[in-house]
Amino acid sequence: MEFIRAFIVGGLICVIGQILIDLTKLTPARIMVIFVVAGVVLGILGIYPALVEWGGAGATVPIIGFGNVLAKGVIEDVEKRGLLGAFSGGVRAGSVGIAAAVFFGYIMALISKPKAKNKN
Amino acid sequence: MEQKRTKKEYVEWTQKIAPKTHKFKNMILAFIVGGIICTIGQVILSLLLKTGMIKEDAASLTTLLMIFFGAFLTGINVYDDISRVGGAGAAIPVTGFANSIVSPAMEYKKEGYVMGVGAKMFLIAGPVLVYGIVASIIAGILYYIFTMRA
Amino acid sequence: MGTRLGKQTLRLDSHPVIQAWASIAGAKEGNGPLGRYFDEVIQDEYFGEKSFEKAESKLLRETLAKILMKGKVSAGDIQYIFAGDLLNQCIAASYGIRESEIPFFGLYGACSTMGEALILGSLMVEGGFAERTVCITSSHFCSAEKQFRFPLEFGNQRPPMSQWTVTGSGGVLVGNTGDGPKIVHVTTGKIVDMGVTDANDMGAAMAPAACDTITAHFTETGLAYDYYDIVITGDLGIHGKNICKQLLEENGILIQGILEDCGTMIYDTEAQKTYCGGSGCACSAIVLAGYLLDKLSKKELKRILLVCTGALHSPSSIQQGESIPAIAHAVGIEMIS
Repeated sequence: MEFIRAFIVGGLICVIGQILIDLTKLTPARIMVIFVVAGVVLGILGIYPALVEWGGAGATVPIIGFGNVLAKGVIEDVEKRGLLGAFSGGVRAGSVGIAAAVFFGYIMALISKPKAKNKN
Repeated sequence: MEQKRTKKEYVEWTQKIAPKTHKFKNMILAFIVGGIICTIGQVILSLLLKTGMIKEDAASLTTLLMIFFGAFLTGINVYDDISRVGGAGAAIPVTGFANSIVSPAMEYKKEGYVMGVGAKMFLIAGPVLVYGIVASIIAGILYYIFTMRA
Repeated sequence: MGTRLGKQTLRLDSHPVIQAWASIAGAKEGNGPLGRYFDEVIQDEYFGEKSFEKAESKLLRETLAKILMKGKVSAGDIQYIFAGDLLNQCIAASYGIRESEIPFFGLYGACSTMGEALILGSLMVEGGFAERTVCITSSHFCSAEKQFRFPLEFGNQRPPMSQWTVTGSGGVLVGNTGDGPKIVHVTTGKIVDMGVTDANDMGAAMAPAACDTITAHFTETGLAYDYYDIVITGDLGIHGKNICKQLLEENGILIQGILEDCGTMIYDTEAQKTYCGGSGCACSAIVLAGYLLDKLSKKELKRILLVCTGALHSPSSIQQGESIPAIAHAVGIEMIS
């Protein structure tokens, strides 16, 4: 059933990230960069869309899925508009994610302030 | 002081006796936390599809809502606690991407709304957008060369 | 006038006196094993201010006020103040003492700043250039995280050898008269860099510097290894302390039984989840001004060697792939009647 598939696929993708963090001492920002680029590569090669088909949100919610969205947009736009599509496709397909992150990020920053971690 | 080790030997030695991460425990926790976050995403996606929304819009709206949850939980000072347990399980999902945008924006609010919130927002997430977009453009050009010219 | 005993060590023959001391600690430090020794524990990390940087300045300002009050002197009676912290351009110190009108030396020695301040402050008194000096440092977990690591609300996992920056401020009043604990020997550290590049592993970066300074101190003074009741490093943490112990043994400095570390004492590392222990300018400062000077004045300790350790890197130097230069300054404090 789709929920169990999402759990397994999403969980496994995160485990790969955890292994990278623990074994290589890469910072979280670098891990995210690696994942998004990996998503673009796997997306353009047509491998990731197959994983999305099977894993659903388990494949789209991790940041690697954002890379796949960028690749998907590029493919669509290149087919429609040619080389120009390589520049328009990624941001168009990722627009909701980027805009939502900027908008909610801004709003939350306005109304909240950081607190010290555990005080005990 | 006379050093009995070369620098390389010293670093290797200290790394060998350093306290170790619980790699297996971290992996299990990342699996569980990451799995739960993705399952929540799947629940939202399935509910949206049931309302008759087209697949692409449902997927976009799911991403939007997940980003909202990540941003909200960061704003109420909870997301860092989830991350401390879940590690990559909380960092890799798009909620973690939202966390990486909100957390510096909150932190640097005292430096003003333009150079603080506006600029520092992308302290951690900026590289993700830069490399994602650059990679997608290169991929698009290669895709054009290999498929469209024919 | 003091006597030069060697390349790094001076003996202060006039025995400058630590006349008064004060410390303010954060909530987490207050909940730690040494909590009851601090003069004040603040529960709010903003300390009633608008930002963490302002809060840190206020910590330093209030600690200075407490020192003056306990020493029964006014700011006008202080000839020099030696102060420092971890923030860029040492703003916690500069803003903290902005209104005091005391001639000011701003210091940066990372977490070793308290040792640096004590050495310079006591030398001013020893040289007869000052009747009284104040040596004071501060650090704040939240402002240090912001500058050296990640935003507070950013979800990252701390690696097991990482340390927790102490929130607080501690300082002392050094003068040329009185019955308090006396500063007898000072050993200035030199930079030691053993090639550690991981900014989370400051214990490993600083341990060789601590070992170097302690070795120089015992070699140049010729003191017996059991001369001190306790040799206490600043913030090596559990990992760094283990390394330092072994390095000292290899050097033939047999003080393993009396070697302690402020960073491992200030928190209950297991229960408080501080991994390898405390760090920061305030770590050795509040352990000194809270716990150690209290024990000395009650004669529960007679002689201590405080070895403040510091990692002199910056986020930029680490990003450029540089290794971490480390330093340690030692101050021998004794109860002489």
